[in-house]
Amino acid sequence: MQTVKMVVTGPFNSGKTEFIQTVSEIDVVATERKISSEAERIKETTTVAMDFGRITVDDNLVLYLFGTPGQKRFDFMWEILSEGMLGFIVMVDSARPETFREARSILETFRAYAPTPYVVAANKQDLDDAWSVDDMRIALRLDPEIKFLPCVALEKESVKGVLLELLYSILAEMEAGEF
Amino acid sequence: MALKGNLRDFSINQLLNLINLAQKTGTLVVEGPSDSAWVSFREGKLAYSKMGSEEDDLATVLHRSRKLSKSHFNTIKARAANMSDKELGLLLINANYLSQEEILDSLRSEFVGILHRIFTWVEGNFRFEDGVMPSDGKITLQIGLENIIIDGTRRLREWEQLQDEIPSLDIALRFTDRPGADIRKVNLSVEEWRVVSYIDPKNTIKQIADTIKMNDLEIRRVVYGLLQAGLVELVRPEGVVFERKKPSFPVTDAEEQKSLVNRIINRIRSL
Repeated sequence: MQTVKMVVTGPFNSGKTEFIQTVSEIDVVATERKISSEAERIKETTTVAMDFGRITVDDNLVLYLFGTPGQKRFDFMWEILSEGMLGFIVMVDSARPETFREARSILETFRAYAPTPYVVAANKQDLDDAWSVDDMRIALRLDPEIKFLPCVALEKESVKGVLLELLYSILAEMEAGEF
Repeated sequence: MALKGNLRDFSINQLLNLINLAQKTGTLVVEGPSDSAWVSFREGKLAYSKMGSEEDDLATVLHRSRKLSKSHFNTIKARAANMSDKELGLLLINANYLSQEEILDSLRSEFVGILHRIFTWVEGNFRFEDGVMPSDGKITLQIGLENIIIDGTRRLREWEQLQDEIPSLDIALRFTDRPGADIRKVNLSVEEWRVVSYIDPKNTIKQIADTIKMNDLEIRRVVYGLLQAGLVELVRPEGVVFERKKPSFPVTDAEEQKSLVNRIINRIRSL
């Protein structure tokens, strides 16, 4: 059986686990724990090692989706997770501008680990207080050529759209001979 | 029990707080990422500080704070090399060259400045040597730690935010080609102009900071301002080869790799 992997990263509570859960054919193997830090007590649990989802492509090929831990104190895991990935997705919570700076920093870190193709997903676009993608692009200082996609991680079509855009970018780089 | 440990477990801020509350007398030795610092306290007050890699004699401190001209500094270094700091201080006061207040101000600024610098050290080891103080010839002060702790905490918070924004100083800067962005029309401070004059994709931020003698906090502060104003952007330094971690494909042939990605695309579409 052949396997390939892609990584879903982003700040704490940006929706990485939900993103993987929405398209994974298995229950996400999430290693979640009760939140211990008051500052991060926005949700009850968080990923402390990695989320792990699977999509069987055909009889010979499996795609694994790995979610990185959102809390900064687990960032030692990032480099390990990035090893050999085809590409990565940076999730950003559109309704929490206080996390934009961290999202930008995570993006730069992953680009340094492995300059593979990536896309940025503006998650939670269904919320009333979500920032528009255009405003977020400016706040995150993303160049126009970087794919920045609206997303609702709980909706399958939305998640599929983000995954497909990343795969198109991977294919485009292959065509250009940059892989 | 010896007071020693790692800055990851016990920050400079916590150490100063402990020294202040326990009214300790002795010298805190901090071995940071690229330098060491010796900071002495008497009954919980800052008495003296010295950065390992820097000269700490009075003439050098006065020259650094621009109280001594270059020629006076050279003369003193040549003729009064064997004088202690206390003797030199008295000589300068008696010669009406400097007042006692000017000398003490320079030392206060030097000692507190060193503490501000080590506030941002988050890696390294420390030990407190009980009762150890600088030699008798050194001029010591008595500076309360409360304000230094409050100011240092602010600086640490600012430094953490700037570090999030600019995670590495081993990257370079270049001017943006955004229409309407014209550096000549912007009001920059002297410090900002000094940085701007070295902006080139060949120079890393660290190299610029070393050249114009700015510490990590100062250079990050200036670069952050320029980034926010949209005048510059971060780029990889020219000529630096980054090791590219290859994506791990189960097949090596380029056509087979494309076929594999197309199979994944078709599968995702069908979900």
